[in-house]
Amino acid sequence: MIYLDNAATTRTAPEVVDAMLPYFTRYYGNASTIYTLGSESKKAVNNAREIIAGSLGAKPEEIYFTAGGSESDNWAIKAAAEAYSAKGKHIITTKIEHHAVLHTCQYLEKNGYEVTYLDVDRDGLVDPEAVKAAIRPDTILISVMFANNEIGTIEPIGEIGAIAKEKGILFHTDAVQAFGQIPINVEELNIDMLSASGHKLNGPKGIGFLYIRRGVKIRSFIHGGAQERSRRAGTENVPGIVGLGVAVERAMRIMTEKDKRETELRDYLIGRIEKEIPYCWLNGHRTKRLPGNVNVSFKYIEGESMLIMLDMKGICASSGSACTSGSLDPSHVLLAIGLKHEDAHGSLRLTLSEETTKEELDTVVEELKAIVARLRDMSPLYEDFIKSQKQ
Amino acid sequence: MEAFMYSEKVMDHFQNPRNVGEIENASGVGTVGNAKCGDIMRMFLDIDENGVIREAKFKTFGCGAAVATSSMATELVKGKTIEEALKVTNKAVMEALDGLPPVKVHCSLLAEEAIHAALWDYAEKNHITIEGLEKPKSDISEGEEEEEY
Repeated sequence: MIYLDNAATTRTAPEVVDAMLPYFTRYYGNASTIYTLGSESKKAVNNAREIIAGSLGAKPEEIYFTAGGSESDNWAIKAAAEAYSAKGKHIITTKIEHHAVLHTCQYLEKNGYEVTYLDVDRDGLVDPEAVKAAIRPDTILISVMFANNEIGTIEPIGEIGAIAKEKGILFHTDAVQAFGQIPINVEELNIDMLSASGHKLNGPKGIGFLYIRRGVKIRSFIHGGAQERSRRAGTENVPGIVGLGVAVERAMRIMTEKDKRETELRDYLIGRIEKEIPYCWLNGHRTKRLPGNVNVSFKYIEGESMLIMLDMKGICASSGSACTSGSLDPSHVLLAIGLKHEDAHGSLRLTLSEETTKEELDTVVEELKAIVARLRDMSPLYEDFIKSQKQ
Repeated sequence: MEAFMYSEKVMDHFQNPRNVGEIENASGVGTVGNAKCGDIMRMFLDIDENGVIREAKFKTFGCGAAVATSSMATELVKGKTIEEALKVTNKAVMEALDGLPPVKVHCSLLAEEAIHAALWDYAEKNHITIEGLEKPKSDISEGEEEEEY
């Protein structure tokens, strides 16, 4: 099997699993108890919190464990909207956010909030000047993703953070795809809230965190016990937290080497596809791009067919086609960068990991060439195109 | 193998589609669907002087179910009279494929429409009326400007 869907999820690293196991059967105590068994859990949770805080340039008490990226996004946006509603009810975000952000904003719109969804350019970049221009006296939150999950474009978070700071507006970033992949420092970038998820960086599923800068007055998300400084109640997912801590420690340890290697492989794959397969193009920015992300549109063919054929060759990938989303609309991100519907249907996302090899990518290119040719052979759109060329 | 919960038959017709291609100077050609929602089917029919479908071919832009339903539809109409071909409904196509996931039922409707569109084209070319055949709604074979997004 060739796994190239690491933006969907990653393989849990064996060292992460090993670190988690004792917290199921041996150190199973509730971290809120006072006996020794419970304090082992407490220690493990605090240790993970320190590792994560360190990786972001944050303080441990600014890290709040959640069940993952979607929960963190929901919490950050809903709670900020509620806490600052006396100041105003206007939120600025972008058209290419993850649904965890977009649907939360739409929910708020139904409840009396106004949301500005900023456009992006053809590469998927948000213009910081557009952020500035969208700010109103009643703007209470700016939420812009760190890097896009589909096209891999890395946004100018530092510039947007500086604008938010200057205007005194809360700044949240969904860093689910970026955290653990590229360096992030919340101080330097003026980030007030940051969402992240464990399973995108070889950690376990069902665990993530929200960074909340000290002094940000947002409310509790889950009411109950005193866990997470009473802001997110519920007995801690100790094995998950331990796994996340180890995954973050590991991600930081290998980041420089991994990024260098993945970037090379990424550009090699993009280069081969662009050179060897006609009528295709790269989606997303060529250099301001996550190291492991490749997103290509192939004209005249449809994504799901491509995915099934790749799957039959043991290759796992993803697409912005409607068929893979369960609706008739293709990816909102691809439409936002200006792709026509039929071209968005024909997109393919391949996301690498540190385990990806050049040989695997060579296999993928060879299979892809055959699959694209085969699907074009049976495509009426391709037939029309060829006939129009002959005229 | 059952990708996306497709039946074995669907996977078979997707992997080994029957009757892919074009028919030169076909008796009837129909194109249905639109690129916006991701499915386009074009069906070619070769109909003899007795009104029997000698050959059926297709080209499809779309998902696995779209390819499989096109393939099955061509199989089902081959050798049939026009009257019999009109009875090849989306339900018949679906049943022949051992069912489709609910979100893919529209693909079988498109297959039925493709047959109707090709027959409509045949009727127009020959200035005849086929009883029980109505102009297919999503026929995009003629004149329709592509929408700009």
